[in-house]
This record gives sequence, structure tokens and C-alpha cells, in this order.
Amino acid sequence: MSKAAVLAPGALAAPANIRRSSARVSNRTIVLVCYIVFLMLPIYWMVNMSFKTNEEILSGLTLYPHNPTLRNYTIIFTDPSWYSGYINSIYYVTLNTIISLTVALPAAYAFSRYRFIGDKHVFFWLLTNKMAPPAVFLLPFFQLYQTVGLFDTHIAVALAHCLFNVPLAVWILEGFMSGVPREIDEMAYIDGYSFPRFFGTVFLPMIRAGVGVTAFFCFMFSWVELLLARTLTSVDAKPIAATMTRTVSASGMDWGLLAAAGVLTILPGALVIWFVRNYIAKGFALGRV
Amino acid sequence: MDKVQDNRAWFLIIPVFLIVAFSAVVPLMTVVNYSVQEIFGPGQTFFVGTEWFEAVLKDDRLHDALVRQIIYSLAVLAIEIPLGILIALGMPGGRSAKTSLTLVLLALPLLIPFNVVGTIWQIFGRGDIGLLGATFRAIGIDYNYTNNSAHAWVTVLVMDVWHWTSLVALLCYAGLQSIPPAFYQAAKIDGASKWAVFRYIQLPKMRGVLIIAVLLRFMDSFMIYTEPFVLTGGGPGNSTTFLSQYLTQMAVGQFDIGKAAAFSIVYFLIVLLFSFIFYTIITRTGEGEKK
Repeated sequence: MSKAAVLAPGALAAPANIRRSSARVSNRTIVLVCYIVFLMLPIYWMVNMSFKTNEEILSGLTLYPHNPTLRNYTIIFTDPSWYSGYINSIYYVTLNTIISLTVALPAAYAFSRYRFIGDKHVFFWLLTNKMAPPAVFLLPFFQLYQTVGLFDTHIAVALAHCLFNVPLAVWILEGFMSGVPREIDEMAYIDGYSFPRFFGTVFLPMIRAGVGVTAFFCFMFSWVELLLARTLTSVDAKPIAATMTRTVSASGMDWGLLAAAGVLTILPGALVIWFVRNYIAKGFALGRV
Repeated sequence: MDKVQDNRAWFLIIPVFLIVAFSAVVPLMTVVNYSVQEIFGPGQTFFVGTEWFEAVLKDDRLHDALVRQIIYSLAVLAIEIPLGILIALGMPGGRSAKTSLTLVLLALPLLIPFNVVGTIWQIFGRGDIGLLGATFRAIGIDYNYTNNSAHAWVTVLVMDVWHWTSLVALLCYAGLQSIPPAFYQAAKIDGASKWAVFRYIQLPKMRGVLIIAVLLRFMDSFMIYTEPFVLTGGGPGNSTTFLSQYLTQMAVGQFDIGKAAAFSIVYFLIVLLFSFIFYTIITRTGEGEKK
């Protein structure tokens, strides 16, 4: 794969127009449109439900809210047990993103620029942690964090999520950094730059897209993870996802409220994805596309 | 690009090494420790050797869960890979608003917390309040994912397709974008059919990303936990109890820690094997392209 394609996805896409120069809609486009409809229907249904009252939800099927209400959202934004879940989630996710990026940047530079004893083994070992089944780590994590006194703190979840986010960050950043020619480093050193100054003022700005994408992926993977986050918290750092499962089962099924909470967990992703849309494949491929 | 040999690079690795080791090595050692001991209470532990491992290997329910897991993972691959390719082929190219919108809409399910994916399908599939369930009932199919195991299994599968096919599509799209326009022009001059273009130009160019997609999807579906947990809770019966679910039941539900730990290690080794294949293949693919 050429480096040009990596740096500018979409730049070489003219053939798509050549292939489909005729005005009629091709079968492939129909498949795509149908699939997107299939993707959006369940999401629409949840959004739809979040604006309904429970009476309307249970009394029969309506394709749009006939008596739109903001009651469900009002409950979430006024009840501390609900909105604190969002604050907790955002808090540990942000912490995790900062930690992951801070430690992964120098390491990714080392992997992309140097050969050293055990480099391939460490790189592989990092990958195995990204691939480890979280269920395996539940019990020992619980005990480890209880022993060191971090149970039910935000930092505990942030550290636990480093298990898969740090390897992910190293892999993605290494992919971006390998796209920057070595000569740039060498020239900077000849010009008398120290390593920290070169890294901060020359190198980082060059891979800022990569840093942004990596931050997005750390944020995302930490945001969607529930198993570890739920195991390591009880009250003070309980994530919104866990609040959803517990509160709802305790007070009977409040479908409208559940739907509203679900909509609010989708929003952060939906808002930031626009900025990384061209790099999302690269992120999921661990920087290998 | 030739890398420079310099062992001082280790200083740059140390922070990553420490932070991941804290989260990975200590818990893994704890699991190994449990897997060879019988635990009656704090301070009352006895070394039992390989007993737990033997128990795990003879556990019939575990075998069932493993078989279910493998069938499920294969079904996931059989649907998501071809569908993902098909969708990628239909995606508009270039940097237009249409492309951006398609990318964003496709990626949306990937960014939803796993349990919310379960919730979405719960309220979508229920016969009384869900659009899907109600539609099935309206056309006369007695659809009920909570007490019909076939319906439950298919619903979990469809949910996975909904959740993750976009990943395959996005990866394939990235592969397609790397094909130089000259290839298509040459094919057009030769009068190549759509199928020939796909078979001899697009498919070979997607090889690298497809391998990544297959392995990622296999491993993720092999470790699936949260979505079926929310949707069906592993039931009805055991029809949607996959490996992770069975493991958590054993460790948390029955508090069978020794056996759960032994199972964890076996589970981890299976995934490790796949990780190794994954690693070997993608590092080789990278080398092949650089030459």
C-alpha cells in the first residue's frame, strides 16, 4: 500500500466515479442504503422511545412520539444518581486517555525508530493484552485494586483500561510515526535539537492527526467498556453504563428513562466521530492500514 | 526504513512496560496461583496441582459452551465478512459530503457502549414495545427471544452483525481506497467485467485488511460477553451462554475460583495462539508491502 494513500485517504478515489458513470443507481448502492437503514432503525427506535411517556410506550406501537415529552431527560439531568454516572464515566475516560497517550508516545517512537533487545517480544506482548478476554481478569483485578486501596476510585478504572488502551495507542501511533521519514529526525539532531525539544516542537506537530485519532480511540474504547468498569466500582466512581443496568432493574422497567440514558451514551461518540471519520479504519486496524 | 540499533530505546519503553505490567502481569500471576490451589477461606489454601485443569477439561457444560462459541464465531465471520465487502464496494469515493456522511453513519454502532447495544436490541426486539418484535407478530411469526432458544440465538447473531459489520466495511473501504486509478482504467480498456475487476484487482488489494478484519472479528466474537448478557442473560436455558459468560458464572456466581482460574488460563492460551497468528501475519503483510 502506498504511503500517499495512507496520508490522504480518499485522495485517489476518482475510479469510483469512473466505475459508476451512468446515472442509474447500481445494485451496490442499494445494498449500502438498505444496510444503513438497517443500522439506523434500532437507533431511531431508541431515540423515539426516549421522547415518549411510559403510558405511550406500553399502550401500543407508535412510529413517532405523539405526545413528545422531555420528562426522561429531565430526570437524568436532575437526579444526582443518574448524572453523576456520566460525570464518573467522563472523568475516568479522560484520565485514561491522558495516561495512555503520555506513556504511549515515547514508546511508539522507540518502536518506530530503533531496534533493541526484545523489541519484537514486547510489541507482541502488548498486542496480547489488547486481545485478552476481560472476563479472565475480573476477579484478580478486583482483589488487586482492593489490596492497594484503589477500589471504587476513578483512577482504578483508568488504570485498568490501560490494559487494552496503552497497547492500542502504541500500535496506532507507531503506524503514524513510521509514515514520517527518518531524515527529519536526523536533520533536527544535526541542527542541535535535543530529543525532548525535537519531539515536542517538531515531531508531535507532524503527527498531530495521529495523536488526535489515538486519543479518540482511547476515549472510545474506555467509554464502551463496561465489564471492568463495573467490577472495579461500587458507588463513588460508578459509570453511567452500570447505573443503567442497576437502576432500571431495581425500579421496574422504566423504558423511556432507559432509552433516554442510552441516547445520552451515544452522543459523545456521535459528536466527535466527525473529526476522525477518515482515520477510523486505520484506528480499528491498530494502525496497520 | 532501516531502524537503528540502540538499546537505550528501552528508556522510552519503561513507562508503558510498568503500567501494562501492573495491569496484566500481577493479575495473571494471581490467576495462575488460584488455578493450582483449593481455597476454603483467607489463609486456608491447599496446593492441588493440576486437579482444576483436569476438571475443566472434563467439564461437559464447558464443552457445550465451547462448541456454541465456535459455531457462533464462525457464523459471525460467514455473515459479516461477505456483507462487509459488499457494503465497502457500494461506498461512494472521494472527499464529498456523501462519503463523510456514509462513514459517520456506518461507524456509529461501533461507538455505542456494549451494554447499550444490548439495550437497543432489547427495546427493538420485544414483542410488546419493539418495532422488530411487533412487525414479526403482525406478519404472523411468533417471535420471542426470551423463551425461544433459536430466536434468541439468531437475535444475538443479528445484533452482532448490526454492531460489527461496519468494522469490516470500513477496513475494506480503506483497502479499496489504496488502489491507484490507473488499475481501473487499464481494466476498462481491457473490457474487464465487474466480477473480473473484483476478483483480480479489488480482492487482492484488500487481502491485508481482510486478514485483519477476520482475525479481529474472530477474537472479539470469541470473547463476547456484555451484549448477550444484557439481551438474553445467556438464556433461554444455555442457548446463548458463551465462554466468557460461563466463566463469569463460574467465578462470580458459583464462586468456584480454582476452576474458574484454570479455565481462564486455558481460555487465555487459546486467545494467545490466535494473537500469535495475527501478529505473524500482519507483520509479514507489512514487510511484503514495503519491498
